[in-house]
Amino acid sequence: MTDLAALSISAIREGLQSRQFSCAEVTTAALKKAEKLKSLNCFIELSADSALRQAHEIDILIKAGKQGPLLGVPIGIKDVICTKGVKTTAGSKILHNFIPPYDATVVRKLLTAGTVSIGKLNMDEFAMGSSNENSAYGPVKNPWNPEYVPGGSSGGSAAAVAAGICPSTLGTDTGGSIRQPASFCGIVGLKPTYGRVSRYGVIAYASSLDQVGAFAANVRDCALVTQAICGRDPNDATSVDQAVPDFEKSLGLPIKGLRVGIPKEYFVTGLAGDISAALKKAIQVLERLGAIPVEVSLPHTELAVSVYYILAPAEASSNLARFDGIRYGHRASGQLDLKTLYAKSRSEGFGKEVQRRILVGSYVLSSGYYDAFYLKAQKVRSLIAQDFQTAFKDQCDLIIAPTTPAAPFKIGEKISDPLQMYLNDIFTIPVNLAGLPGMSIPCGFGDNGLPIGIQLIGRPWDEETLFRVASAYESETDWHTRKPALN
Amino acid sequence: MDFETVIGLEVHVQLSTASKIFSAASAAYGGEPNEFIDPVTLGLPGALPVTNKRAVEFAIMLGLATNCEIRSFNRFARKHYFYPDLPKGYQISQFDEPICERGHVDFLVGEVKRTIGLKRIHMEEDAGKNIHDSRTNSSLVDLNRAGVPLLEVVSEPEIRSPAEAAAYLRAVRQLVRYLEISDGNMEEGSLRCDANISLRPVGQLTFGTRTEIKNLNSFKFVERALEYEVARQASILKAGQQVIQQTLLFDSVNGTTRPMRSKEESADYRYFPDPDLPPVVVEESWIREVRRKLPKLPAEWAHELVSEFGLSPYDASVLTTERASVEFYHQVVATCSNAKAACNWVTSELFGALNKEGVTIEESPISALNLGELIKLIDNEIISGKMAKTVFEEMFTSRKDPHVIVQEKGLKQVSNDAEILEAVRKEFDSNSEQLADYLGGNDRLHGFFVGQVMRATGGQANPKKVNELIRQEAANRKK
Repeated sequence: MTDLAALSISAIREGLQSRQFSCAEVTTAALKKAEKLKSLNCFIELSADSALRQAHEIDILIKAGKQGPLLGVPIGIKDVICTKGVKTTAGSKILHNFIPPYDATVVRKLLTAGTVSIGKLNMDEFAMGSSNENSAYGPVKNPWNPEYVPGGSSGGSAAAVAAGICPSTLGTDTGGSIRQPASFCGIVGLKPTYGRVSRYGVIAYASSLDQVGAFAANVRDCALVTQAICGRDPNDATSVDQAVPDFEKSLGLPIKGLRVGIPKEYFVTGLAGDISAALKKAIQVLERLGAIPVEVSLPHTELAVSVYYILAPAEASSNLARFDGIRYGHRASGQLDLKTLYAKSRSEGFGKEVQRRILVGSYVLSSGYYDAFYLKAQKVRSLIAQDFQTAFKDQCDLIIAPTTPAAPFKIGEKISDPLQMYLNDIFTIPVNLAGLPGMSIPCGFGDNGLPIGIQLIGRPWDEETLFRVASAYESETDWHTRKPALN
Repeated sequence: MDFETVIGLEVHVQLSTASKIFSAASAAYGGEPNEFIDPVTLGLPGALPVTNKRAVEFAIMLGLATNCEIRSFNRFARKHYFYPDLPKGYQISQFDEPICERGHVDFLVGEVKRTIGLKRIHMEEDAGKNIHDSRTNSSLVDLNRAGVPLLEVVSEPEIRSPAEAAAYLRAVRQLVRYLEISDGNMEEGSLRCDANISLRPVGQLTFGTRTEIKNLNSFKFVERALEYEVARQASILKAGQQVIQQTLLFDSVNGTTRPMRSKEESADYRYFPDPDLPPVVVEESWIREVRRKLPKLPAEWAHELVSEFGLSPYDASVLTTERASVEFYHQVVATCSNAKAACNWVTSELFGALNKEGVTIEESPISALNLGELIKLIDNEIISGKMAKTVFEEMFTSRKDPHVIVQEKGLKQVSNDAEILEAVRKEFDSNSEQLADYLGGNDRLHGFFVGQVMRATGGQANPKKVNELIRQEAANRKK
């Protein structure tokens, strides 16, 4: 019998339209599989009742002849994205009881498109982390091997797709939180250009870097969901009024003559041998398809992690100030004076990594240190952006790079060494700092048998080229067809 | 030793936009607690601010009216502190890139023109209100006001006396009311003021140590608090001691200032540019458009009143206190074409009556048209000035047209020479003794005959005519 939960979006659409199965059946399959794979801890909460109710409504619409690329497709939503009436925790204890009275714009768009949300996906607390071990609701396990991390912060989103629970999920990416877990779980994940997707209703970590994007098992599914969430939102002043092309049209286009930039700074010591080898093979595939590899230089790459760990915590320390126990979320018990109430509520509510970043952020913004840290980091940030501009100006049409410096690591392996953990995002962070679109696609397996990915980085607003190259690569390889063996 | 007082004011102007500065929630005053809120106002997770263009336009208007430079590229910054009435844990304000810089406000103190420089005007959001409920011994938060747009107008330390500070504040209020960007209502908190004050020996160029008095919410309190502070600092300095730089609160009950608890002050606001809001770009064309739409400002109105209507600068300043007053005045003049009389009637009679009743010029029971008609009745010698006062009172209570009142009361003045002369003759004839005295040179009896004639004509004779004709008839009789 077909595993309905593991179907691609296109297969679901076909099956629904030809009445092979109903949306209720697909949804039930997804929910059942999620239950069955509960030990992976992908979901913070499943919304079985509301999902089934919604599925029945969609079945009525389908019977009435309604069609749509995403109609009736079960999806999951990272728990940092507000869902009206559905608990949204951001992976934190401080929001353990928070039920948003409104939908994020991306959620509204997906509802309008007729998708069915089966639940809220586990994540590193407030999207801070690269392993999902920072969730107040326990770590997510990598479907390829439960001893390994799925990556983070959108670990639940990546694992759910890799495990074949639903064909697509939403994640957010501030320094690699979509691309890194996509890579670790052997699936496709795209962080669109900053400003492409509305952040309204997305609980902010670092506002100038955060962007919502889609995970999927293949490039086409990723394009379909990305299509549905893009576009300017009057409720988000940082979203940009930029025409949204039909991404599906980029799929299958030839890539002959495209110049693929290979940044020499990314092949530094520290890049694992298996990653380096897989990347080289991937470049050969693209070359075979007619792409022209060119070496480019991104000279400020080595500063990116430092810059990120100043700017992101700075914004986070500010964005997380609203979690004070006064209006919503966790409040320390007892008769406390105001200052103690704040201190206790926040100390009890926030996890270690979040507290660490709030402290770092407060420090770099405090008077006397602002110029030396925050302001200087902003200057370096623009240098990093300029590196990419120079490369894209007349050297290359896109950049290919490793997504991560090494294959997935084990749960517990790096959690006690934050700096080691931070370095995991060394290749993804520059893309956020420059506001560019970045995509990770599966390109093989590491020495430890876990998936690894390559990263495609595009010009601003040029997700089309990423989809085009990714689909060309996908058509020449079978990495995306490999699935973890789950029992 | 004599001291010079140095004062700088920070005035918060609440803007009368329909919605809040960063959300679509209503910015109305009043309402049930927490009636005007939305995800943005509540600082809900994921909510994002979007700048209200109208608030920016209001800032540009005040900037232009105070001769400021408008920054073409200005930015919102976050100012951090924890307080229950501040939902996000930071206030969106402007820090080192405010929308307006380097302007000035001109005004009169008595007859003397003063110019006070402005450092800057910046936009920010208001906080909510904490209310202590003594019944339940708990604190409640009302966020209706949170997110209402404010302009903070920061003066240079160029104010030299408490009275001048109050006059400056009035001038700012006058401007925002003319521009119709705020109601400037201090009681409702639409206009709030913090004052920085220091003293220095006359002739010294460097500033002395200053104190800051927070939350002054009436013109009277501004003046009283500053007067108290001048005296307090002077006595400290005279005793050879140092003024401590601190933030003070004014206690309006006993008229003194007291230091804020250190808890109420914040050490480090950790300002940084708000990453949720792109910089506000003010194109030259936008400035031009706002300038074109700018209403006539008080200084311009006053200048016109002096040069074209021949009024004194003082009268001009009284008439231009409110835009509604000067507009009212212009309508009166348009009806009666008598600028001086119109000024007298508006500034003394009408303002007096309005003050007494505690109503504004907008609510005046006498319309500008009717007041103009009343003046016309005097100028056309239909009624006397004295009668006019009676008519005015009647107009004020009944809101009637002066013509109707004159008709109803039969108040018409008799200006017909023959009629008055006949009355004069009659009174001369029936008071022969007094007449003899009068003709003999006792001029005090002139008044007696005026009174007699006025009484005989039921008070309706034109007094000027009565005077004239008594003199004329007396001269005739002497012959």
